[in-house]
Amino acid sequence: MRELALHVLDIVQNSVEAQASRVEIAVEEDVAAGFLKITIADDGRGMDEEMVRKVQDPFVTTRRTRRVGMGLPLLASAARQTGGTVTVESAPGRGTVVTATFGLHHLDRAPLGDMAATVAVILAGNPGLALRYRHRRGDSEFVFDTREIERQAGPVPWGDPQAAAWTRKTVAEALRALEPLGHGPGNAGPVKTGGGT
Amino acid sequence: MKSLEELEKIRKQAQEALKVREGQKPVRIVVAMGTCGIAAGAREVMTTILEELAARSLSDVSVTQTGCMGLCEQEPLVTVEKPGQPAVTYGNINAERARRIVAQHLVNDAVVGEWVVATKR
Repeated sequence: MRELALHVLDIVQNSVEAQASRVEIAVEEDVAAGFLKITIADDGRGMDEEMVRKVQDPFVTTRRTRRVGMGLPLLASAARQTGGTVTVESAPGRGTVVTATFGLHHLDRAPLGDMAATVAVILAGNPGLALRYRHRRGDSEFVFDTREIERQAGPVPWGDPQAAAWTRKTVAEALRALEPLGHGPGNAGPVKTGGGT
Repeated sequence: MKSLEELEKIRKQAQEALKVREGQKPVRIVVAMGTCGIAAGAREVMTTILEELAARSLSDVSVTQTGCMGLCEQEPLVTVEKPGQPAVTYGNINAERARRIVAQHLVNDAVVGEWVVATKR
């Protein structure tokens, strides 16, 4: 994947397929410590120990159309090539938490990419999903929480194309308002709008 | 907060559109969003379709996702389902092709033959 945001989209699809009704995405960029951490937690059906081991193997999936499940192994390989790790915590009926850490300044780290498009596409394709996206960079932070938004604004037709445009714009603006990462090879750069995959 | 007021407007428009199409079977666009689809560019295809629908105010179309369809080598895949017509799956779709599918298939009702990889009644 060319962007970490695409891995996020992919891992959230796993949550959706595991019947999650709530997903929490947390991105943390710690410039001083030099790491980038992404956590995706869901309340889906969860997995037993054996399955947790299997999903990290590139030759296993619960899907039947294609026999290899590549999502988590791809994320793990992207993390490892930057000196990071991926952990999967899960239990049947208790949901799943996937945590990936990356070397923030590592040359092989893919850019964070367009998180605004990822969030907009998740919500447009899964309008019933409660999504909370928290992003922290240094001392600045924002939270995009669909339940909180609906508490203030009333029900939102998340699947509507206009609502998707609103989501994308709102998240992109919030990301731009975060403090800059500073210069260096590990700079995540500005949030791209559109462009490659 | 201004952006929350915008949501209010979006909700009202969506409710009105819902009234107009009450009882009608909606047109569906399905974007394959498995790992293979995402790696091949499905996110940009989906955002482009949503943008086109918003720009053209096509509110009677629902955009949904599916997982891997087993045609990984032809991703990104987009399926258009119109009531009373065979479902048409297009392969190797990018943003530009997605825009043409919206204009030609959705609006003008003409299948874009060159990119079709499967049809299903």
